[in-house]
Order: sequence, then C-alpha cells, then structure tokens
Amino acid sequence: MIKDKREVARRGEAAAIPTAWEYAPAPESREIVHFEDRYGLYIGGQFLEPLSNERYTTIDPAREEPLAEIAQAGKADVDRAVKAAREAYAERWSQLRPSERAKYLFRIARILQERSREFAVVESLNGGKPIRESRDVDLPLAAAHFFYYAGWADKLEYAFPNRTPRPIGVAGQIIPWNFPLLMLAWKIAPALAAGNTVVLKPAETTPLSALLFCDVVRQAELPPGVVNIVTGDGRTGAELVSHPDVDKIAFTGSTEVGKAIQRTLAGSGKRLTLELGGKAANIIFDDAPLDQAVEGIINGIYFNQGHVCCAGSRLFVEESIYETVISKLKRRMKTLRVGDPLDKNTDVGAINSKQQLDKIGSLVQSGIDEGAEIYQPPCKLPERGYWFVPTVFTNVAQSYRIAQEEIFGPVLSVLTFRTPDEAIEKANNTPYGLSAGVWTEKGSRILAMAQKLRAGVVWANTYNRFDPASPFGGYKESGFGREGGRHGLEPYVALDGS
Amino acid sequence: MSRLPVRKTYKLFIGGAFPRSESGRTYDAEGANVARGSRKDLRDAVRIARQAGAGWSGMTAYNRGQVVYRVAEMMEARRAELAGLSSGADEVERAIDRVVWYAGWADKLAQVVGSANPVAGPYFNFTIPEPTGVVGILAPEPPLLGLVSRLAPVLVGGNTAVVVASEAHPLVAIELAECLATADVPPGVVNVITGLRRELAPQLASHMDVVALDVTGADGDLAELERLGAENVKRIVRGKADGQSPYEIAAFLELKTVWHPIGM
Repeated sequence: MIKDKREVARRGEAAAIPTAWEYAPAPESREIVHFEDRYGLYIGGQFLEPLSNERYTTIDPAREEPLAEIAQAGKADVDRAVKAAREAYAERWSQLRPSERAKYLFRIARILQERSREFAVVESLNGGKPIRESRDVDLPLAAAHFFYYAGWADKLEYAFPNRTPRPIGVAGQIIPWNFPLLMLAWKIAPALAAGNTVVLKPAETTPLSALLFCDVVRQAELPPGVVNIVTGDGRTGAELVSHPDVDKIAFTGSTEVGKAIQRTLAGSGKRLTLELGGKAANIIFDDAPLDQAVEGIINGIYFNQGHVCCAGSRLFVEESIYETVISKLKRRMKTLRVGDPLDKNTDVGAINSKQQLDKIGSLVQSGIDEGAEIYQPPCKLPERGYWFVPTVFTNVAQSYRIAQEEIFGPVLSVLTFRTPDEAIEKANNTPYGLSAGVWTEKGSRILAMAQKLRAGVVWANTYNRFDPASPFGGYKESGFGREGGRHGLEPYVALDGS
Repeated sequence: MSRLPVRKTYKLFIGGAFPRSESGRTYDAEGANVARGSRKDLRDAVRIARQAGAGWSGMTAYNRGQVVYRVAEMMEARRAELAGLSSGADEVERAIDRVVWYAGWADKLAQVVGSANPVAGPYFNFTIPEPTGVVGILAPEPPLLGLVSRLAPVLVGGNTAVVVASEAHPLVAIELAECLATADVPPGVVNVITGLRRELAPQLASHMDVVALDVTGADGDLAELERLGAENVKRIVRGKADGQSPYEIAAFLELKTVWHPIGM
C-alpha cells in the first residue's frame, strides 16, 4: 500500500516511458500474390500482346523493386479494345436480360470478397498504401460497389421516373493511382449495370490490381469484350478520349487533365463526367469534441498518404481553441507509424511514385519559402523507397500555394477563423469544391454550414467516409457528375422523352 | 383625329434596370434600333447575377415557386404584346403554361432529385440538389417559347441567369424582361443582353464566373464555345428548345451529400 500521493506521482512518472518500446514487425505475407513477368492488354476476353510493342516496368514504391512488365497501349491497341467493346455491346451485353446482367455483377462482388486478401496485398505492393487500409477500406468498398450496382441492373426504370433508361454504348474510363481497384469498381460497376461495355485504363503506376481483376472477369465468365483493360501512360488515355467510337468518357484525376479532356471532347456530343482535384476545408469549432476532431484531422489528411482528392488538406480552427488543437494534433502525429505498407501496424505508407514525391517536396518547400511554419514529427524512414513524413504547416496565409494548390500528399495547412461566416468565406475561397468537414456539437450549425459550403460532400463530425449508396462528386472545378448511389447511374444511361 | 402611338425603346435588362448598352451601339432588328450589348455589358451582367445568387437561392422553395408563378401572371397580362413579338397567341399560351408548370417544381425538386442514402454505418446520409450558380443561356428559337423553355428550369432551380437573346428576334426577350421586372424576380436574377452572337457568346462561354452554359440555342461554332467553357470546367447543357421535364432542371443543379453521425 502506498501512503504518499506524491510518491505515486513520482513512480508514475518514472514508469511512464513506454515510448521506447518498439512495435514488433507484423508483415502481411506477399506469398498469396503471384505476378506474371509481363502482362498484355486485356481485350475481348484475352490478354493480347501490344501492337505498339512498347512496355514499361511497374514497381513497388516502398522498395523501388520491379514487379512486372506492363504494356504501353498505342493507338492501334486502343482501337482494338474499343472494337471489342463495341462488338460485345451490340451482340452480347445489350441483348442480355437485365436480371442476367445483375447476376454477373453479383458474381464479381462475391469473387472480390473471396479474393480480397490477395487483392489487398496487390494494392499495397503496387500502390504503397498501408495494408490496413487496403484490407479494411479499398477491398470491402470495391466489393460493396459491385454488389450495390448489381441490384440496380434490373431496376433502372425505377431510378428515372417517367423515362425508359437505355445504355449509352461503349464507355472509356480513366482512373487514378490512389485507389486503383476501388476506382475501377466505381467506374465499371454502374457502367455495366446500365448495360454499357467498357474500356478502362488504369493509372500508369498502379496497373496490377486492374490486371488481376481480369482474372475475376474470367472467373465470373463475363462475356468477352464487356470489360477491356488497356494499360499505359497519359498517351494511352488521350487515345481513348479521342477515339471516335467511344460514346462516353469518365475520368478521375487532376483538374488540369480534366480540363484538357473537356477541351478534346468539345463539340463531339460525347457524354463526359469528371471527378477532379480538391482542396477541402476541415472546419473545427470551439465546441467540437476535440479528441474526435483530432482523429478526424489525422484521418482527413494522412489517410492513404494524403493521396486523396477529397483530403482535408486545409484545416480551419476557431481561434479560441487553436493552441489546444495544434498541441493535440502534434502529439497525435508523433504516434503515426510511417513505413512498410505491408506491415499491419503501418499508418502511413509509401508515396506512390518518385514524380509525386518530388511534387510534394517542391510544394512543401514553397510553403517554407513563403513563410509558413513547418512541423514534422521525428520519424525513421526506410532507406529505400519513396517516403514523406507527415507534415503540418501553421502560420499559413490564404494566398500561399500550400493553401491554394492540391498537394496530394501528407501535408496539412492550418488556418484560423473567428466567426462561422469567416470560416465559410475562407473555405469557399478556392476553385475546387469536392468535399468539406465540419466539427461541432451543435446540430443546427452543422446543417447551416453544410448548406453554405460549396462542396459535393460534407462530412459532419467525421471525415473520409465512403459508401456505394452515397453519391460522390464535385462542385466547380472539382468536376461534374456523381459516382455512387442512384445518382451514379445517370452518367451511364440515355433518357428518352421530352 | 388619329393619335400617334408612343413607341418603346428596346434596351438591355441588367440588375433589374433597363440600361442602354454602355457602348452606345445599336443594331437593326425587327425594325427597331435594338441595343447591341458589348462585352462590358455582359461582364456587368455576370457580376450582378453572381451577387444576386445568394438571395435567390436562399429563398424558401415555396417563395421561389410563387415568384416564378407570378412571372406567368405578368405574361398573361401582356399576352397581346408578347404575341405581337413572337409567332402568335399559340406560342405565348404555351410559354405561359410552361412557366406555370415549372413554378410548381420549386418545392418538389429536393424530393424527386434528392435522396436519403442507406449507407453501411451509423450515419444519416442524404443528398440534396442545390443551384449551380450563374448560368449563361444562348436563347434558342422560337424567341419566346425557346427562351422560356431554357430560362424557367434555370430559374426555378435557384440559379441566376445571363441570357443572350435571339439575335434576329430580340424584342420579345425584352418584353419578357418587363414581365420579370414586375413579377418580384429580384434584380439581377435574370439579365438579358441583346446584340450579336459572335461578339457575346464567346465572352459568356469563357467567363470564369459563369458556372454553366446552356448551348441549346447556340448557332455557329459550338465546339469553340465548349472549348472556352472548359477553362473553369463549365457544365455544358444541351437541352430541348421545346420541352419540359425535371431533368431539364436537374441539368443545372449540383448534388450535395451530407454525412451526419447517428449516436446518443
């Protein structure tokens, strides 16, 4: 029995140094994954050698080791894929009863669930994202997306009152490298449910999960040509966008490329949806549950290394709680574990590519040069691979590049406000309008803020939540069209009538 | 003794007022000296339309519906004038009925276009439509029914508009503007510019504060207009010059999804 309270305090102090304890490594095995040495293009239900004869190497960004040789599809390859999709559309997929289409999609959802561990490892290996996120977010959501849209395939007439929805034809789809399989699911599931066929181009740096998905297509016995995968860099994407026999383009990526695509399609009459960049405001009021809010800030910006178009990259803190929030935030940042994406304890994985690492580095340098104050927690990084320490900037002015431009990395800019109106004014002061976060215990304030924020998704007392039933997409220069929910069908149907 | 009629001078409609073009220019159309709006007139109109957005979109849907309905009342009172400047009574009656039809949509849109979304987690998740902002409209023919068919869905959705009237038949657009001005449509919510398409359309398409462009009535180089519009990712809308549906309204709406936790 201890009599002296002060002694308890002293002993507590002496004992309270568990920070020196290291986590034991908890690596997910990569044995479940087998890569081919080289991959062709998946066209008409089979892998074909690229007519372009061009190839490139895709790597593991955490180890800078090659994983496989990937085909760089050229004009003739894209043409072949579009022809296969057209034929499949005319002769097979559009002739099928919608209830049969639904069952194919249900099959895909089930196979993804069955093979989710394998896919999770592929995502982490090729993309650099922590296995915990691939396993708990990317894969369950990708499967759920197919399951959700499978159910719509034979119920489309209920989604569009007073209309008979028809498929559009061949959809060309271009996806980014931050959520490779999930973005594939967001694109392919609604397109197929509505009766279209697709030619999808995965991102240059992350083609492997899309190529493995071809095996899911095979196992599901999808008719040949309904799903075609062409790999390559931006040149391949440009060929797909400008191909005359593609009826609809869906693009997720940077605002710059989105604008270029819109220009290319000008006057063509082709359908277009764009899901582009963001610079989301995450707004913390003084009555917010602060510990939860700090978790939300962390999740908002460091989730997936900040490679998230809707990342909460601008933090707005009410002045009265600024010191508290910053000190809690820094303390929490110190506990983030940066390193091997395949380790189940890793919070922040590898930056997706050298190019992206350089871009993040140069924007962070601009923040320092413009006068912002940088904080990075002490952090031991692996020797090989592409890494960036979670970073927060304070003393940021609205005009700084780090407050204006999308960094797409683990870099947070903190600004302050005094009144709700000021928060709205600052939050909306950007060409982007993809998402926003609001933290307060006051329900009426949440709804008022949600109403005034010019953003397609508003998270209240939470952040970075996604669901196949929940429409996602931007205002302003963050693009147009929605993915998810009933609204996510609209880009893939033609509606007749007056 | 016969009386000499008083003629009307047809001017622009900007911010609730009827100014001449700041350029002082006119052009001859339908036997009148019609204001030949300049690029500066157009920029002024966009600026004012943007300012008017908060008030118009902030109204209750019920209120907005009543204002749009009142436009129909004002048109009904001016049937003769409108008929004289369009193809006739039939076009006018159809235009008035179309405005009434759209007026009724104001307080139903959110129920038909929005949704409550059953997400797999403890969140109340809902999607509501919101106006997109300043919409540029290149009015199609016929000059009254075409304009009304494109303007009414934009208006009832809570957007503000900058209209470039038909170049060949601009007078009825200004006649309609007089109906709008007396129908409690707040100043700046609708602005009408008359003049030459080749001067005005590219300006409207490239203006960074115009969020959506209705090209239903575009003549000439549509591809060039769309290319210009890409600079701020404009929503490009090709609708029907003679049609009515909630889908026409939805083309000018953004969808906002809100996640709210459920807990004790």
